Amino acid sequence: MSFLEYAPAPESTGLLNLRENYGHFIGGEFVDGSGESFASISPSTEKHIATFAAGTDEDVNRAVVAARKAYDSVWSKLSGADRGKYLFRIARLIQERARELAVAETLDNGKPIKETRDADIPLAAAWFFYYAGWADKLDYAGMGANPRALGVAGQIIPWNFPLLMLAWKIAPALAAGNTVVLKPAETTPLTAMLFAEICQQADLPAGVVNIVTGAGATGRAIVEHPDINKIAFTGSTAVGRGIARTLAGTGKKLTLELGGKGANIVFDDAPIDQAVEGIISGIFFNQGQVCCAGSRLLVQENVHDEVVDRLKTRLGTLRLGDPLDKNTDIGAINSKVQLERITALVAKGEAEGGERWSAACEIPEKGFWFAPTLFTGVQTSNTVARDEIFGPVLSILTFRTPAEAIAKANNTPYGLSAGIWSDKGSRILAVADKLRAGVIWANTFNKFDPASPFGGYKESGYGREGGIQGLSAYLEGGVR
Amino acid sequence: MTILSTDHAHSLVGTDFSEKNLKAVLNGLPGVDAVGLEARAADLGTRSIKTSSKAWAIDKIISLIDLTTLEGADTPGKVHSLAAKGMLPDPSDTATPRVAALCVYGDMVGHAVDALGTLHGDPDAGLISIAAVATAFPSGRSSRAIKLADTRDAVAAGADEIDMVIDRSAFLSGRLGLVFEEIQAVKQSCVRTDGTSAHLKVILETGELNTYDNVRMASWLAMLAGGDFIKTSTGKVAPAATLPVTLLMLEAVRDWHAQTGQKVGVKPAGGIRTSKDAIKYLVTVSETVGEEWLTPHLFRFGASSLLNDVLLQRQKLSTGHYSGPDYVTID
Repeated sequence: MSFLEYAPAPESTGLLNLRENYGHFIGGEFVDGSGESFASISPSTEKHIATFAAGTDEDVNRAVVAARKAYDSVWSKLSGADRGKYLFRIARLIQERARELAVAETLDNGKPIKETRDADIPLAAAWFFYYAGWADKLDYAGMGANPRALGVAGQIIPWNFPLLMLAWKIAPALAAGNTVVLKPAETTPLTAMLFAEICQQADLPAGVVNIVTGAGATGRAIVEHPDINKIAFTGSTAVGRGIARTLAGTGKKLTLELGGKGANIVFDDAPIDQAVEGIISGIFFNQGQVCCAGSRLLVQENVHDEVVDRLKTRLGTLRLGDPLDKNTDIGAINSKVQLERITALVAKGEAEGGERWSAACEIPEKGFWFAPTLFTGVQTSNTVARDEIFGPVLSILTFRTPAEAIAKANNTPYGLSAGIWSDKGSRILAVADKLRAGVIWANTFNKFDPASPFGGYKESGYGREGGIQGLSAYLEGGVR
Repeated sequence: MTILSTDHAHSLVGTDFSEKNLKAVLNGLPGVDAVGLEARAADLGTRSIKTSSKAWAIDKIISLIDLTTLEGADTPGKVHSLAAKGMLPDPSDTATPRVAALCVYGDMVGHAVDALGTLHGDPDAGLISIAAVATAFPSGRSSRAIKLADTRDAVAAGADEIDMVIDRSAFLSGRLGLVFEEIQAVKQSCVRTDGTSAHLKVILETGELNTYDNVRMASWLAMLAGGDFIKTSTGKVAPAATLPVTLLMLEAVRDWHAQTGQKVGVKPAGGIRTSKDAIKYLVTVSETVGEEWLTPHLFRFGASSLLNDVLLQRQKLSTGHYSGPDYVTID
């Protein structure tokens, strides 16, 4: 036998206790929606998971009324220390239910269990712990004594890190004293509903957190609701642009975390084996469905062939398949729509002359899958070098000098993330200084910490999440 | 005809083995990022090896063990007892594989030969080799003449493998040429009167080299000088074998193979005590250099207490329940 064909090691779904139908979570209760319903399927098997309510204008209004009432009557009157207690409680409950949340997230999203287990869920808990600590220290947030909360925040999150994005949004908002109405993405509403159960377990006052499920129309109802003070959106640049247009002149605050086309710059003195690992985690983590993915590899021309060879060898060891198997490295693409978009962009990349290489993986019959793919011979004018693919597709370009690397890295309408690989500290600092990106990793990639602000330049959006900056985004007088 | 290892070195360095040239080659190796290396090792450690894979791994681990005793208090009796354990690791299940080798001090080689009797031989044929530590193990602090005599003695007594230590004093003070020459000289001393040669394992003592960059450099130096194996540690210095260090040495071996076509072995030694840990090493070997390295000529565990933990796991897999330390034999 071949040892490398590791025997199946699936995580059991037995500990999940899901309902067949979920409504919305409004005023501390699960309530039926007033409109249609939709199903969420598992992208790795296309099997039905549960039915969810498509939020109507009426549902959204109920949620906003509940949030306003909770803000006026309870949450704004609690001391920071008391708000912090609830947040600490939520953080601990996320830890206690970590395994269940990881399984649910993997089932609903399609990402490998090792990622939900080791990244998504622990980071979600870390976000609540971090902001729980801020709740009674707002005087030290840099906005003078007694900074005031904004009121009711409307939050719309994407499907790539469902529970983690929820934590990024809800934890700072609650710590700062706001109440929220949150809409998870229509393909991944499951863990938000488990989070609603956690809010009940934590005895969070009714209406502080409200969750309305649904697609674009539900999101629009939140954005357009007159009694919301702040919108926080993470998603595509096109939708973000529409939201900015809608909110112009309304006085509502807005933070946008949008797309990206991150440059990962590899110099010829890079620690090569670690750089190869970093390139892989940069673009194949979560099947590349990461807004800050290092989707453009800029590699110094004199080491191009060596880096590409090593990448291909290493990609050959990645295991694509059942996301619930603990040894799976590459899971399913989140939806049919996304798979079609990736497929179309890759076809365009080939048509424009890029040389495509895909890892030889066996693709399961059911579900949505895309093998890890590289494009070499890519020019800056090619679609695969400019458009966000949001899939496991890496475009490889070359450069000759640091100046050229910087120019090429910045030559994008986006500016969310970048990576630099070099053994020379002075070069890392000099290059980082000239990159226009919100987060720059040196000799690593896709590392997140609640204390570190995250956000973009240009078409990647504005405002910051995480750290003191992310807190101030939910306070009067804050940056956004 | 087997290609002499220096031919491989020639293809990389040319014919100039001066210290200046060696340094130019070794300083040209890419750097190692410690955080990234350790993260990759930790990631490999999360592989979940279950059921049939676990059963295969456990037998494989036993067949790759250099069962070791390296104490001042070693006696002929102790060596006989160790040999008995290596030949029949689990008397309750005779299907249990034998270990790859016994690893002893040079003066114990004769006792090991006696103890193994007809089972002394090539681990590829299911027999047990004898490895002897030499060159003023573990410190390596002695004259060149003594180190070479130490090696020749062990080979003459019947050792199939020599585990030498590099001169860390020379390495850390930048005298790479001296380290290189010494490995070559020991390699020469491994040659028997009939022209065959004992295999040479080169112990880097990574715990004293301290940095990953040093470990990579020493790995290449040992391979350039003709080492058949590179080994992490003596077991007398902490830290001994760690997964990141072993991963790094496997990467060096992989790159060496890509450039020369020669396969060099790797032996982590010291500190690997549980089946769970040992399985992580098998995963790391398979995913770094490939499964074909999981053979006694290319991979070994230097260990003593590991064997009994593996046997307990093996019994658990076959009977479905855990026994206890009194159900496996001490040595």
